[in-house]
Amino acid sequence: MSGRDGLPGEWQLVVGLEVHVELATVTKLFSASPNRFGDEPNTNIDPVTLGLPGALPVLNRQAVELAMRVGLALNCTIQPCAFHRKNYFYPDMPKAYQISQYDQPLNIDGHLELPDGTRIGVERAHLEEDTGKSTHFGGSGGRIHGSDYSLIDFNRAGVPLVEIVSRPDIRTVDEARQYVNELRGILLAVGASDAKMEEGSMRVDANVSVHKPATPLGTRCEIKNVNSVRSLGRAIDYEARRQIDLLESGERIRQETRHWDEGDGRTHTLRTKEDADDYRYFLEPDLVPLAPSQQWIDAVRAAMPMLPAARRARLAEVTATASNSEAAMVVVERGQDDYVLAVAAAGGDAARALVHVKEAFADSPSVPAADLAKLTTMEVSGKLTATQAKAVVAELIANGGGDAAQIAAAKGFEAMETDALGSLVDQAIAENAEAWSKFCAGEGKAMGALVGAVMKLSHGKADGKAVTALFNQKKG
Amino acid sequence: MSDRISAETVTKVARLARLDLTPEEIERTTAELDGMLEHFADIDTLQLDDVVPMTQPYPLENVFRDDVIVPGLDRDEVLAVAPAVEDGRFRVPPIIGLDA
Repeated sequence: MSGRDGLPGEWQLVVGLEVHVELATVTKLFSASPNRFGDEPNTNIDPVTLGLPGALPVLNRQAVELAMRVGLALNCTIQPCAFHRKNYFYPDMPKAYQISQYDQPLNIDGHLELPDGTRIGVERAHLEEDTGKSTHFGGSGGRIHGSDYSLIDFNRAGVPLVEIVSRPDIRTVDEARQYVNELRGILLAVGASDAKMEEGSMRVDANVSVHKPATPLGTRCEIKNVNSVRSLGRAIDYEARRQIDLLESGERIRQETRHWDEGDGRTHTLRTKEDADDYRYFLEPDLVPLAPSQQWIDAVRAAMPMLPAARRARLAEVTATASNSEAAMVVVERGQDDYVLAVAAAGGDAARALVHVKEAFADSPSVPAADLAKLTTMEVSGKLTATQAKAVVAELIANGGGDAAQIAAAKGFEAMETDALGSLVDQAIAENAEAWSKFCAGEGKAMGALVGAVMKLSHGKADGKAVTALFNQKKG
Repeated sequence: MSDRISAETVTKVARLARLDLTPEEIERTTAELDGMLEHFADIDTLQLDDVVPMTQPYPLENVFRDDVIVPGLDRDEVLAVAPAVEDGRFRVPPIIGLDA
């Protein structure tokens, strides 16, 4: 009765995402004012930013280079391109047009692969300038609807953006979240942006529609004002259900831009969508064409760092885990994969190192790789149980390193010799005859009681894995 | 009335530019725009299939600026000539509602 993603009936979700990213340049896209977040309002302004008569834009080379890195990281083709004026009347844009790219964008036809292997098409990634920042006052408490007036800060106007437009290939809320997280990781890796959704340097708009299998795609609505990955999921889910309710009661979807309200958890009509025609795009006569040479493209490509997917794959290979395991995802996101590899290179057990780093290294402590390597070696050779190893790791972190063997000895963690363990296993069998016969009869669950008994007898010093192995051995 | 541009199109373009035109102004503007479009009709008569569309008259491409800060304008000086100011920012009328 329920479709994918918990939608009612056969309804299927179709999502395309438009992600605006502020580029990490020193200055603006077309002028030499600082590109800096958090300064006093209207202190980073100049004649180009304010659209004063006679002011002429000049393209920032570094912005182009960062946009090329984004394009290459998303497997796009970089092509000769041009800038257009997108005309619309809004007070946060003093020129009454935004310089953007229209039918000749810099990057086209790429894709992004989600950690689970799903491939999402990227239609384009083009350069454009950001608008100023409006703050709405009066009316219903700072909301855009019914405000009495607005205050404008032009510091952000002219900041370079790359707008990354996905194809409508996203089919679930989870895929949408994965896409944004993966994109963020890529942007950080290539140094294109600090990609902070909460500060607005990465902004996500979602084009949402619903349809039934083997029917044409539905009319879409564009959802704006989504300020976190969590909100993105909530907004898409709300919007899909709103559209389904309308369609099931025989109504039609109006193509429009809707505003996500985090407070009431709903989307609200912002404006009916203007057609591309309404923007009256025309070539920006004040700028010449941009055509990156093959030599420049090659140089940018050669300087590209390893991307998160490749780093996860490398980590997965060394640690023998899945590349989309939570541990691999988290550790690469934190940038601690090189450390795990260093532990392995120092002779440690990579898989155990991955677990400890994921579990205990959230605050990026500094422990020499050789010290953690020694701990993992003790662990896999059965000298420490998993629980004891955890305690030693905590001590290593607290001391900024140290000798795992000494820490273990100081804590009284002496691993039980196999002989001693064997006699405890025999004792546990004798005292838990019923559990033992159940286990021998093939009831795997009975193992829990047996291992628990040995743990109790050993005062927690026995290695759970070794005990399990002994029981299995005895069962024959 | 013109067959190149309709009064409806002029009304729509005026709305997009937030211009409040009277019926008389719509009529006059339609006639004026029609006159301009007549010049383009001349181009339509030419055989241009083999001509690559030109995006720029200058034989230039890749004109760049280095990513270096140059001091801009002083805020107080700029705000002093703005019609309305509050808290270091430009004060403007409500934004949503112009469509209505």
